Amino acid sequence: MSRFIDIAALADIPPQGARVVRTPQGCVAVFRTADDRVFALDDRCPHKGGPLSEGIVHGASVTCPLHNWVFDMATGQAQGADSGAVATHAVRVEGGRILLDASAIRRVA
Amino acid sequence: MTRKLVVIGAGMASGRMLEHLFDQAPGQWDVTLFNAEPRGNYNRLMLSPVLSGDKTYDQIVTHDTDWYAAQGVTCRFGEAVVGIDREAQIVHGARGPVEYDALVIATGSAPFIIPLPGHKLPGVVAYRDLEDTNAMIEASRPGATAVVIGGGLLGLEAAAGMAARGAEVTVIHLMGHLMERQLDPAAGYLLQRDLEKRGIRIHCKGATKAILGTDKVEAVLLEDGTTYPADLVCMAVGIRPETRLANDAGLEVARGITVTDQMRTSDPAIFALGECVEHDGQLFGLVAPLYDQAKVLAATLAGTDAAFMPLQTATKLKVTGCDLFSAGDFAEGPGREDIVFRDPGRGIYKRLILEGDRLIGAVMYGDTADGPWFFDKIRSGADISADRDTLIFGPAFAGGAQSDPLAAVAALPPEAEICGCNGVCKGTIVTAIQGGAATLDAVRGLTKASASCGTCTGLVEQVMALTLGDGFAANANPPMCKCTDHTHEDVRRLIKSMGLKSIPAVMQDLGWKTVGGCASCRPALNYYLIADWPLDYRDDRQSRFVNERNHANIQKDGTYSVVPRMWGGVTTSAELRAIADAADRYGVPMIKVTGGQRIDLLGVRKEDLPAIWSDFNQAGMVSGHAYAKGLRTVKTCVGTDFCRFGTQDSTGLGIRLEKLLWGSWTPAKVKLGVSGCPRNCAEATCKDIGVVCVDSGFQISVAGAAGMDVRETVPLLTVETEDEVCDVIAAFVQLYREHARYLHRIYKWVDKVGLDWARAQVADPDIRAGLIERFRLSQTIYQTDPWAEHAARPDDWAPVADLRLRAAE
Repeated sequence: MSRFIDIAALADIPPQGARVVRTPQGCVAVFRTADDRVFALDDRCPHKGGPLSEGIVHGASVTCPLHNWVFDMATGQAQGADSGAVATHAVRVEGGRILLDASAIRRVA
Repeated sequence: MTRKLVVIGAGMASGRMLEHLFDQAPGQWDVTLFNAEPRGNYNRLMLSPVLSGDKTYDQIVTHDTDWYAAQGVTCRFGEAVVGIDREAQIVHGARGPVEYDALVIATGSAPFIIPLPGHKLPGVVAYRDLEDTNAMIEASRPGATAVVIGGGLLGLEAAAGMAARGAEVTVIHLMGHLMERQLDPAAGYLLQRDLEKRGIRIHCKGATKAILGTDKVEAVLLEDGTTYPADLVCMAVGIRPETRLANDAGLEVARGITVTDQMRTSDPAIFALGECVEHDGQLFGLVAPLYDQAKVLAATLAGTDAAFMPLQTATKLKVTGCDLFSAGDFAEGPGREDIVFRDPGRGIYKRLILEGDRLIGAVMYGDTADGPWFFDKIRSGADISADRDTLIFGPAFAGGAQSDPLAAVAALPPEAEICGCNGVCKGTIVTAIQGGAATLDAVRGLTKASASCGTCTGLVEQVMALTLGDGFAANANPPMCKCTDHTHEDVRRLIKSMGLKSIPAVMQDLGWKTVGGCASCRPALNYYLIADWPLDYRDDRQSRFVNERNHANIQKDGTYSVVPRMWGGVTTSAELRAIADAADRYGVPMIKVTGGQRIDLLGVRKEDLPAIWSDFNQAGMVSGHAYAKGLRTVKTCVGTDFCRFGTQDSTGLGIRLEKLLWGSWTPAKVKLGVSGCPRNCAEATCKDIGVVCVDSGFQISVAGAAGMDVRETVPLLTVETEDEVCDVIAAFVQLYREHARYLHRIYKWVDKVGLDWARAQVADPDIRAGLIERFRLSQTIYQTDPWAEHAARPDDWAPVADLRLRAAE
């Protein structure tokens, strides 16, 4: 069951940029592409834990700032020779607001 | 039976008309020729060479006395025509009347004289005829001063001619750039620069207020209060058709004498041609259409059908060394597009103006060889859409598609220049390859092609690939990244030549294969655009690596290190206190002294960055750019202030250099060292740029390294003063900024271009001055503290939302 939470305005994220949402499981990086698509991934590269939110966004991909792993933001899969994946979160934009699916984020019992 | 033809005006148009007429209809016309000047037809276009002393009057005479005699022309030179009696078909000359069956008015144009105070003083001339030319020749003895009012074609030729004779010439031009009717601002700027190199002073946007003098001209006063001394004033602000006779005769006159396609005026027995006519609303000042008119009128008089169709005309400036070409219409307008090529180093500028699929105008400066080819395309109105990609490269590239650079290179003739720095043409390179040079280095060694600035390396490799075929081991210079087939050098060259001023423009026009590039090309493009267009381009933070985007160095755990600038490695107790306080306040886990003589605070959280920067700003400290492909540190020793061996104030010089260079973005990091004596305590000789002070001055050396590679610097120049040190280093850094590939440290770049070339650039006073100027210009934009800017918006640095609290509800 999905549970969308309003986290920010689209305008809070620069095009080809990202912002971070803190969650009990660690940070989620919310990306905005040049053509205003929005993606949400765990802000932690499976390689050495680099903050993906600080990577360069190009097309629908992001490059980790620490060692240049490239991830497809739609699937979370590492591209090219690297193998690995980062968890993705459903996200959508409604009326200029970004809604993040928080169902995968553990509710405190 | 012969009929009587009277011609008023013995200029170039009527002269050419008479030649055609005598050729086509010999013996049909009995000609009387009036001329206000006491001489026959000469080539007015050649007055400029007469003025500059390259030719004499005798050499530019078109028709001499013998010619007129042979054709049976009755010459009435030096005699004014006082009136035309159209009823009786009689022309009244000052010395008597003459009947006509047909009359041709070819009175040409009169120079426009602005009725300024003093415009009638002796010493004010126009530039129209031999008398004016002789007056200017007389006035331009060495040391004399002359002012030319009007920076159009004629005015500049007058100025260059007088300057060639030794006069000190100033050109005053009302508009923002020279020859604004033929040139756009960029080409006008290049022209102005070349004229200034010849010692001609150019004052644009200058409105003349008065011509000063009592008995004769003494000076020119401008509206802004400037005065220029002048022994002679040449007014060259334009011409207007000379229509007084036609007006008096009651002929139809608009701006010029109105004529039909057959050159007939409103009176069927009277014709007109040349600069005095108006055809279809258009006036004519250049020679080509006048010659067409002459042909048509001769045919009309000979009884054959002909019609005048005005064609586009091209302009060339007859000033030696100023290579300029302009044709067609080059005004900007809706539906018009430009293709621009610029090579600022060589002063070359080419601009084509397209409307739809047609070329409608061309402006070229510095290299006008392809002018006639473009002119032909303009006149024919040919559809150029198929050749559009390579159109600006001229006939040599015609038909080649940009997507296949090899085809374009293959189409080049053997004499096409590949390497502009060393003047190496394609044929030379091919010969060297066929003689056994199989690698780029070998070709470079034999021909010097691409051995200087290196921007033609891609072209040289393409010639090699063509000549060697499969035998050529490609990838000696691989493409920039997988997003493009272009090399870094190609991209840098094309950004400048195509005037690409944004990352999307580069990706669009250079055919990027990906959307949005990648983490490799985007920062490179961002740098190239910053370096090449400091005024036009705005830094794109999202194309920066994390460190430059966040103005701090990211650490393995995602925290950052913060390094405030310590000018020349000198600090104060107050700064140290501020650093200590900040370390406590933000829980900095490690404080470390760096190799560049400053202090690093490691382990700062991202959201704390704006606050710590703000604290440092308040203590008077700015970003140390320890994260930047830019100026890092200037390491110094204590120099003469404390050291018993120091020969110069190395600390002071280091601080001065750091204050000069800080904030500038460069292809890779730049570190300097300044040592006060050859003991070299600042380790200056393993820096990107090092200065070692000696008794007699300063030894500047470059291209050191102490990282993955260890290199000793190599001497660049030795200079005597601190000012020169700053000039040479600013120029050298700018040269590096303009030419190097992104991420190449100075030593790698110098390996590629050769130290000799780099030294020659910064040693040449003109080139050095240009480099310094461009560096200063860039610094006016980029020498700012990024910490101060970002500290003002702390919210941007914090998480955009915190779901820990929500989840806990």
